[in-house]
Amino acid sequence: MKRVIIVLAVLFAAFSVFAASENALEIFSWWTGGGEEEGLLALFDLFHTYYPDIEIINAAVAGGAGTNAKAVLKTRMLGGNPPDSFQVHAGMELTDTYVIPGLMEPITFIYKELGILDKFPKDLLDIVSYKGEIYSVPVNVHRANVVFYNKKIAEEIGMKKEPTTWAEFLMYLDKAQQKGYIGLSLGDKNKWTSLHLFESIMLAELGPEKYNKLWKGETSFNDPAIKHALSVMKDLLKYVNSDHSALTWQDATRLVFEGKAFCNVMGDWAEGYLKTLGWRPGVEFGWFAVPGTQNAFMLVSDTFGLPKNAPHRENAIKWLKFLTTVEAQDTFNPIKGSIPARIDADKSKYDVYLQWSMNDFSTKSICPSIIHGSAAPEAFSTALMDAINKFVTEQDVNKAFKEILWIAEDNGYVTD
Amino acid sequence: MKKIFTYFFLILISLYILVPLYVLLATTFKPLQEIGISDMWKLPKDWSLSGFIKAFQKLGPNLKNSFYLTIPATIISAFIGSINGYVFSKVKFKYANLIFAIILFGMFIPYQSILFPLIRFLQSIKLYGTISGLILVHVVYGIPITTLIFRNYYSEVPNELVEASYMDGAGFFKTYTKVLFPISIPAFVVVIIWQFTNIWNEFLFAVTVTSSPDKQPVTVALVNLAGSQVVEWNVQMAGALLTALPTLVVYVLLGKYFIRGLLAGSVKG
Amino acid sequence: MRKKNLVIGISVVAPSIIAIAIFVYGFITWTLRVSFSNWNSFSALLRGEYKFVGLRNYIRLFQDTRFQTDLWNTLFFTLFFLFGTIALGIIMAILVDKGLKGSRLFQNLFLFPMAISFVVTGTVWSWIFAPGNLPNNPQGLNLLFQKLGLDNLMWGWYTSTDSLGHFNLALIPVIIAAVWQLSGYTMAMYLAGLRGIPNDIIEAAKVDGASEWKIFWRVKMPLLTPITLSALIILGHISLKIFDLVFAMTGSGPNFVTDVPAIYMFELTFRSNRYAMGSAIAIIMLLFVAIVIVPYLFSSMRGEKR
Repeated sequence: MKRVIIVLAVLFAAFSVFAASENALEIFSWWTGGGEEEGLLALFDLFHTYYPDIEIINAAVAGGAGTNAKAVLKTRMLGGNPPDSFQVHAGMELTDTYVIPGLMEPITFIYKELGILDKFPKDLLDIVSYKGEIYSVPVNVHRANVVFYNKKIAEEIGMKKEPTTWAEFLMYLDKAQQKGYIGLSLGDKNKWTSLHLFESIMLAELGPEKYNKLWKGETSFNDPAIKHALSVMKDLLKYVNSDHSALTWQDATRLVFEGKAFCNVMGDWAEGYLKTLGWRPGVEFGWFAVPGTQNAFMLVSDTFGLPKNAPHRENAIKWLKFLTTVEAQDTFNPIKGSIPARIDADKSKYDVYLQWSMNDFSTKSICPSIIHGSAAPEAFSTALMDAINKFVTEQDVNKAFKEILWIAEDNGYVTD
Repeated sequence: MKKIFTYFFLILISLYILVPLYVLLATTFKPLQEIGISDMWKLPKDWSLSGFIKAFQKLGPNLKNSFYLTIPATIISAFIGSINGYVFSKVKFKYANLIFAIILFGMFIPYQSILFPLIRFLQSIKLYGTISGLILVHVVYGIPITTLIFRNYYSEVPNELVEASYMDGAGFFKTYTKVLFPISIPAFVVVIIWQFTNIWNEFLFAVTVTSSPDKQPVTVALVNLAGSQVVEWNVQMAGALLTALPTLVVYVLLGKYFIRGLLAGSVKG
Repeated sequence: MRKKNLVIGISVVAPSIIAIAIFVYGFITWTLRVSFSNWNSFSALLRGEYKFVGLRNYIRLFQDTRFQTDLWNTLFFTLFFLFGTIALGIIMAILVDKGLKGSRLFQNLFLFPMAISFVVTGTVWSWIFAPGNLPNNPQGLNLLFQKLGLDNLMWGWYTSTDSLGHFNLALIPVIIAAVWQLSGYTMAMYLAGLRGIPNDIIEAAKVDGASEWKIFWRVKMPLLTPITLSALIILGHISLKIFDLVFAMTGSGPNFVTDVPAIYMFELTFRSNRYAMGSAIAIIMLLFVAIVIVPYLFSSMRGEKR
């Protein structure tokens, strides 16, 4: 045993020696693959040209749209061991999880100092604020309420104009189905995609104003529009591939690419994926806002904040200031395939699709996404995700509506 | 005739084992455009090594971490298991069996549920975020299984042998090093294979205990090959094969002893 | 002398006992305590103000249809997985043990799946069992069936919501994948056992005119009982805790047909921040393990006393 202890001691000593760098900056994110990682590294490079002495530690954890990363981050925050700055979705994921419990430092002073309060849409700054203070810097914006479609099939079924109502949309889905195509492809193996679809329908039925009021407790969930959204979803499900629960969103988007499905409702990371498969936006594939949501921009935004007790607070502030610049935003976003959160960015750096999205971003109402953590606390969106998942299987509108009301009530929303 | 039957069934089972391996291997050589459920049975049209190259570039540094983690952790837990097994099989003390049972039960806790206290504990002893901390975790949670294997192995060794050594005036440790240790190779092999495979492939502790990427083992890097939205399955699967190589080498190197060790270790369950 | 060794022996295992006391029982106590609390949000956990709510989290769980499904799934998954893995393991061992030319190769091949990460094999299996858009556009295995003219074998696999009583048929592909991954290891254990049986016993049975079949069931199998017990324990604990494979292969499935407690616990803890509920699941899982394991531990202890 003595020997074992000695071996143990020697080994521990050997492995405990690690260089703790003084002038470091630990950035925590879930950007680990494809364009996102490239974008992040490009940001780091650019940051280095300004601050060559700061050593960046890239603490990234991948998987499941950030699920693993969030688990690790929470565990670290709980243990009082925060990174210097971390990626977090704008909205409740930031405020409910980290700001309200008092884990974050307000950074309104950064915006004031740089005089850039008017360079971000007010709606966006609102959802990263709590009690009048801003808590994070939005870096990129994705749009969630988009239909991507196969142009060849669209031509075949005679779609001249992009549909703006459910009736038109359903008609095209029906035509596609008659021609032997899948109307609307869905891949909800990982569950979130069916809520992704449903929240867009909900937005269409409620309209942006009422939708946004839901989260402020100004309208009730007990609204016929929500129930109607369920029946619209039920109508759409008739045109969905039967193996949807075996597919991921990527597989579903691929069905459009393979010419098996007419269209797919997805966030615009799907555009990036189609491009890596070799398709050109506007040539092989087209897009339009989910019918009924033309006036709204369902937002998914990644932001970075400043945790209290950040080990290198000064560096973290430099990082956050850096992220607010047009230069940083225009470096990251064209690579990642998203649009900048600043409204005065250089449009020429982006492709046709992203330009379309940028236009809408600065002109349409901004609505926070539920499933991507912006609109509601995680407990609400997870419960709703399960309810919608059940609805997709059972297709019982009344039951699902009742369940939505229960979930809303559980989470303190208005349901009268 | 009988031979033909045996081969028939062997080949039948091999098919079951090989089908997923075929899909895995074919995918690693495809470019991203060809990867999808509808093309999974097809051989690659454009054979491409890009998956392997990309995976290797990204996993390389973490492979080193995995060795730093797995080798010491495996060796330490093998020694601890061996000495524990000695005590629990040869030094009969009151409640030894009960204590052993209590230790063994530790094998069954669902690890997800103890992450928070674990991390707090590691922080309090200043080992959080280090490979040493991860080694400690694996060594401790390896105690039940390694003790079990060695205890079963040593209980096959006649007590007289140990008694005789004591009679000769050898002490506790000397008896271990002179009598038990030299005949323990098969048990060590079993424990090493088991611990090596498990620690090498473990993800949950690895991702929560080590935070900075220059300390993360390869399993974490493997999962990190995937983007948050898009997964390049060629890179992912090539990475998985690369990651599996060291374990396979261990199997092949120690394989001969493996069966013998299992035989010696688990006959008395 | 004896006494001295006793003291040394106990002091040698003491560090292990202390480590297990902290890392296992200490942490379980923490989990148990959380499971009786109202820590069902991140901020509640952070504030750390403990409020005892009794069995409320447990009652909620048992009323939760998802958790009920999980329990049934675990039961059937464990039964079929254990049976399948052990049966296939034995068959593999018998075949390899005949020592025909090339059996080393087969032996190594059968061990291979264990070395590959569950996340990746889970994905491969999910592709293989992806049903495709039936009936016109089958994929994976269904596509092979169609090409072979076995159209009526095509079905929804893990996307199917059919069940026999409480057994969700969607679990079948998951069981097949899990058996695939672990039967090789089981084979190795049985192979060891078979090779450990003294030849004279078998010769004696042969002299008595017993058929090979009879020798196997009457002579070999009883001698292999300890191996079966070890295998049951090792596989049983994998089965009850199974997470990565199912998570990567099917997730929780439509209507939770392939959901297991570990997935639910993960989602409750890390997605919904319902730590108390998640801890309650952990405790329940542990209780199930205890029900299975404790009798075994006692019987093996009694066995040694004799």
